[in-house]
Amino acid sequence: MNDIAIQTENLGKLYRIGTNLGEVSPRQDYKTLRETISNTVSVPFKRMNSKKHASDPSFKNTKSEDDIIWALKNVTFTVRKGEVVGVIGRNGAGKSTLLKILSRITEPSEGFAEVHGRVGSLLEVGTGFHPELTGRENIYLNGAILGMKRAEIDKKFNEIVAFSEVEKFIDTPVKRYSSGMYLRLAFSVAAHLEPEILVVDEVLAVGDAEFQRKCLGKLSDVAHEGRTVLFVSHNMSAILRLTEETIVLDKGHMVYRAPTPTAVDYYMSSGLAKIGEREWRIDEVPESSKPFLPLVMRLINQQGQVVDTIRSTEPAMVEIEYLLEAPITGLRIGIYLTTARGEYVLASFDTDSSQLFDKYRVRAPGHYHSRCRIPADFLNEGRYILGINASSFRIKRFFQEEQSLAFTVDATDAPGAHWPELRLGPVRPRLEWQIEISDFVSYHLEEQTGFDGDMRI
Amino acid sequence: MTQTSLSEGDHSSQQEDVLSKTRQGLTDELVLHIRPSRGWSAINLKEIYNFRELIFFLIWRDIKVRYKQTALGAAWAIIQPVLTMVVFTIFFGKLAKVPTDGVPYPIFSYTGLLPWGLFVKGLADAGHSLVSHRAMITKIYFPRLVIPFASVLSGIVDFGLAFFVLIGMMIYYNYAPGSTYQIYLTPALMTLPLFIILALITALGVGLWLSALNVIYRDINYIIPFLTQFWLFITPVAYPSSMIPEKWQLIYAINPMTGVVEGFRWALLGSETAPGLMLVVSTTISLVVLISGLFYFRRMERTFADSV
Repeated sequence: MNDIAIQTENLGKLYRIGTNLGEVSPRQDYKTLRETISNTVSVPFKRMNSKKHASDPSFKNTKSEDDIIWALKNVTFTVRKGEVVGVIGRNGAGKSTLLKILSRITEPSEGFAEVHGRVGSLLEVGTGFHPELTGRENIYLNGAILGMKRAEIDKKFNEIVAFSEVEKFIDTPVKRYSSGMYLRLAFSVAAHLEPEILVVDEVLAVGDAEFQRKCLGKLSDVAHEGRTVLFVSHNMSAILRLTEETIVLDKGHMVYRAPTPTAVDYYMSSGLAKIGEREWRIDEVPESSKPFLPLVMRLINQQGQVVDTIRSTEPAMVEIEYLLEAPITGLRIGIYLTTARGEYVLASFDTDSSQLFDKYRVRAPGHYHSRCRIPADFLNEGRYILGINASSFRIKRFFQEEQSLAFTVDATDAPGAHWPELRLGPVRPRLEWQIEISDFVSYHLEEQTGFDGDMRI
Repeated sequence: MTQTSLSEGDHSSQQEDVLSKTRQGLTDELVLHIRPSRGWSAINLKEIYNFRELIFFLIWRDIKVRYKQTALGAAWAIIQPVLTMVVFTIFFGKLAKVPTDGVPYPIFSYTGLLPWGLFVKGLADAGHSLVSHRAMITKIYFPRLVIPFASVLSGIVDFGLAFFVLIGMMIYYNYAPGSTYQIYLTPALMTLPLFIILALITALGVGLWLSALNVIYRDINYIIPFLTQFWLFITPVAYPSSMIPEKWQLIYAINPMTGVVEGFRWALLGSETAPGLMLVVSTTISLVVLISGLFYFRRMERTFADSV
């Protein structure tokens, strides 16, 4: 028993959704409409605005099926000391809820968990950072919020500052920091937390590539120090790199647990959207994305069907349907394409061309479809993931989701398909080849006959 | 062994995130049990004590940030009570001629406004505190009580600044406790901190109720300004409680701020009689509000992260 770090049994979390979401906007209509279509998707409501329900902390009375969502149900697992375990699943699968329960932010509705040792939770970096305070002051404040003692912060202060690379600005209010500096400092404080058990949520989904690499490096150091880590991520390459074992959650249930490569394969082939469509429910879209409201992202094949498998040799279309509730200047809607392992293939925006950029300098309110044609003979066979980004360059990122839609590319008739082998790389273009034969013949003839004329075939 | 603590009997017990130290072989280890809780929870003062540094940092942040980017800065802590005092002096002192038992009206009203300001600021800040710290509440675990605690305590600095003005005024008016021409420490003056603490306790008690309710009912945001305005009228800030007829005095003292303000004046200005019975009533009510507030807060605490 001595080596158990986390043990849960039948852990469950019930969320109650009020019928009245308290928002008067076009969203309201969409919520009801979309919900009727897809009422199977279970997503916890982060906020419950219904007073009637929230005033009942035990969540035990009136059980109308529509109002209840099990964000987590019957989750039983054990994590041994020193194990590094990944948790993957779609949005709303219950990953964050699980971490919140284990880090005591919220209580389970049923079941129990036992945690042996001091838990440090990293669900967000920079919690409690105050823009008016300097970097130095925020280190102390944030450290205290994360549960560090003052003496501990004093001791690690120089290390934290060095890791964050903001030495020069340590006495500048963080509101003057660039977002990169801000994140580096925030992560740096969190990274120097030394709990026995570390619970990490998607903190790596922010920042630039270099910062992400640095965070990953730090996390893998932590993992190799023999500490117990529970790591939630959408980034499969990070999961593969950091964890030994992975738990797959789906709709609040633990559906799979296996060594990471197996679990990732399982998740990739079953977990994500199957129908080639990602529909956003009103409650999945954060308030901060307003006035942009994503509705659906679809993958459409040459025949006009919404699909989750396209052929490498045929063109396909990515369609993003969204609402604008107010005009936005410089808005660009884009897609990210990554492989299932998390490597980027491309990023592209709907106003990449200068004509469209000029035409949509200010995008008026309305209901839009942005469509992007993926050419034939472009992607290699395999599994890919589409993400979405809606932003105004250097002004605001309205909405971003790295993993909205997964799809498979089928390589039938693709270049080289007559050899049954796996081609490396994410692209499989029909490149033009020429084969020229001349020198060999002339060389050969020359050699054999001593003929020294110029003979070409 | 660990298994024993997982027995059925333990299951139904109140949750109250039991942090228990379990002996396991040679190592002392923290074991945290997480399970749904029901009913009322105990108030875990030890845990709050363990998070005292966080309380300190939150107060320190509040103070540092409060007057950032204001032209007048910390002067605001003085301007507010002083201007109120001027208005009161004109309308209640000069025009309405409210009796003050021989104390110059500006000093009379200002000594009322000081504890009143401390109370109102603490109450309002604490009432809004949980909602304004929602980012922290939904992302990090810590005893939620530290937030309203810190909000109430951070008002002390403003109070201290405003207090200096009172000393200045007393010198100007040649008014000192117990005498006319010199300032010295009277036994009554020694009780002053008690009344400050009583003001803080009252603010915290009411603030706890309001903050926990505010998580569910944002109506509290609208109630707070109205409540404090209304409360000012039933508190002897602009007028002495001696204006209230004798038979209503004890009912009047149900408002805990009555005892605070009267006691504060008595300690500083040396009014003739100590506010004995009135103070007992006020203190009792104040403690009742605090303790009930603590329990209510603890009961609601478990859903804060879900509903804030």
